Amino acid sequence: MTSKENSPQRTISLPALVREKISQYSWQELVIENLIRLAGVSAILIIALIFFFLLREGSAAFLDVPLRQLFGGRWYPIEELYGFWPLIVGSFLVTVGAVVISVPLGLLTAVYLGEIAPSWQREILKPLIEVLAGIPSIVLGFLGWVVLAPLIQRLGAPTGLTAFTGSLILAYMALPTIISITEDALYAVPKEYRDGSLALGATQWQTIWRVVLPAARSGIVVAIMLGIGRAIGETMAVLMVTGNAAHVPELGLGAFFQPVRTMTATIAAEMGEVASGSLHYSVLFGIGIVLFLITFGINSLASRLVGGNGRRRRRGQL
Amino acid sequence: MKNKTILLRFSCTILTLIIFALPATACRSEGSQTAETGIGNERAIQNKGSDTLVNVALAWAERYRQIEPDVSIAVTGGGSGTGIAALINGTVDIANASREMSESEFEEARANGIESVEHIVAIDALAIIVHPDNPVGQLTINQLSDIYTGKITNWSEVGGNDVSIILLSRETNSGTHVYFLEEVVRRGGSEEAIFASRTILMPSSVGITSEVRRNPNAIGYDGLGYVDPEHEKILAVAADSDSPFVLPSVETALAGTYPLARNLYMYTAGEPTGAIADYLSWIISPAGQEIVTELGFVPIISGG
Repeated sequence: MTSKENSPQRTISLPALVREKISQYSWQELVIENLIRLAGVSAILIIALIFFFLLREGSAAFLDVPLRQLFGGRWYPIEELYGFWPLIVGSFLVTVGAVVISVPLGLLTAVYLGEIAPSWQREILKPLIEVLAGIPSIVLGFLGWVVLAPLIQRLGAPTGLTAFTGSLILAYMALPTIISITEDALYAVPKEYRDGSLALGATQWQTIWRVVLPAARSGIVVAIMLGIGRAIGETMAVLMVTGNAAHVPELGLGAFFQPVRTMTATIAAEMGEVASGSLHYSVLFGIGIVLFLITFGINSLASRLVGGNGRRRRRGQL
Repeated sequence: MKNKTILLRFSCTILTLIIFALPATACRSEGSQTAETGIGNERAIQNKGSDTLVNVALAWAERYRQIEPDVSIAVTGGGSGTGIAALINGTVDIANASREMSESEFEEARANGIESVEHIVAIDALAIIVHPDNPVGQLTINQLSDIYTGKITNWSEVGGNDVSIILLSRETNSGTHVYFLEEVVRRGGSEEAIFASRTILMPSSVGITSEVRRNPNAIGYDGLGYVDPEHEKILAVAADSDSPFVLPSVETALAGTYPLARNLYMYTAGEPTGAIADYLSWIISPAGQEIVTELGFVPIISGG
């Protein structure tokens, strides 16, 4: 810029080189900028397209099948009985079981890792937990089928293929997610909080329970929600161990020890047999819409919980 | 200058779009090719469907490869419904099925310009299996129907222990499921009867046998070729209360005395030609039918 103003002569000779350089850089910059922009936009675009596609393929289910039947209690596609209710109940039971098992276990593990464990233990345990996250679901499903199901049957259930078996496997799958995100949240709590609490005479347990955990609440909520998301969307392991009986069990604890059929397993088991465009096909997409809405609900609930509490807290205090 | 940057930016966007769109179009052109493609001299026949038939189909494909090294056959399972759907959608050459194609499926194929042709390739006796410790040894079709529709829920009602019955079935995409529905569940009187909702649906034949092995209260059904009499107890079945109880075997299936014997099919799109025709005629030849016997199924008469 300065050279331009000072000596008009050189504006002709020098900038030829400079401009070449600049245009070369701006070229690269432009390409990179556009790629990044495209990547950013495509995430949103893809979600929008998925939802559009789901609606297009699945809306026929809600239009052509009478609503009373759609929420009826029988799923038997050969006879065109498309009742979502047993599938929703199945997914609900398996997910609730998984959450009840994995959330306390995951939180406690994270607290131990982040607050109590000496660093050499942490060095060993953390990578091991990350390995846990990498186990393919089909392997866990196979383990559940071979090891867990006979065990549960021996405990007195009429069959080992129950909602509870699925919950155990899913809890195991959700654990690494819950542990690592909770641990990150605990890590983000400033050291001064702990020091202050201890200095005031609180014990270590009181510090963890009253100070660190509340301070990390938003991160913990995210951890739990992501864990639930993992559980409700899992397919293969559940398909193998829950028995897939589209049956609404009687209310009570016994419900967990009966075979159930989840929404995801239904889509996976039946998608291969349907001719595209048939009613069964769009009903399966209809299940996809219901599943999408449920996970969407969970996610927006999570971000609302975090947004209402955590963000303000973080801005004010950190 | 400003015009130039706009132009540049515009062309960059176009370029990136093209980069992203290329793989998509490549995928499409790959997908729209017909399944029956040849690489050089080698011909690949796509064969998909019935899980009952999949082991036999694999053995056929392997043996045929030794005879005709130029022909490779890709066999996958998934269930009769899956195979037939693939035939209708034009992605396989041969669909395996353990049931007949329904009229509506023929119609759907016709709508896609495919006239499916049926070939009977083997016979299967459907075995009813229970845990070896189960004292029940025989059932009539009527009793089986009542068990599977949920009218009979306790083994003591058919002469067993006082425990509830665990029902096992294949998934609804299985030809065996549909066959069992029509030949057993609906033979109990009602034409609209369906499986009790408590029925556990297994994604594979092996799933049923392994659950029967470990669950003393379970009952299931499977193709004779999948059953191992050392680990599962095979029940004798009677067509009705006046008929004799018959155990499934090659002899009783061929003689027609066992009530749950059925044909296993292969479907082709149109009359088979070339390599596919050669393969199918080899399958029903004595050499092909020998493999059927080896795997515990029943050969069709012309081959035996």
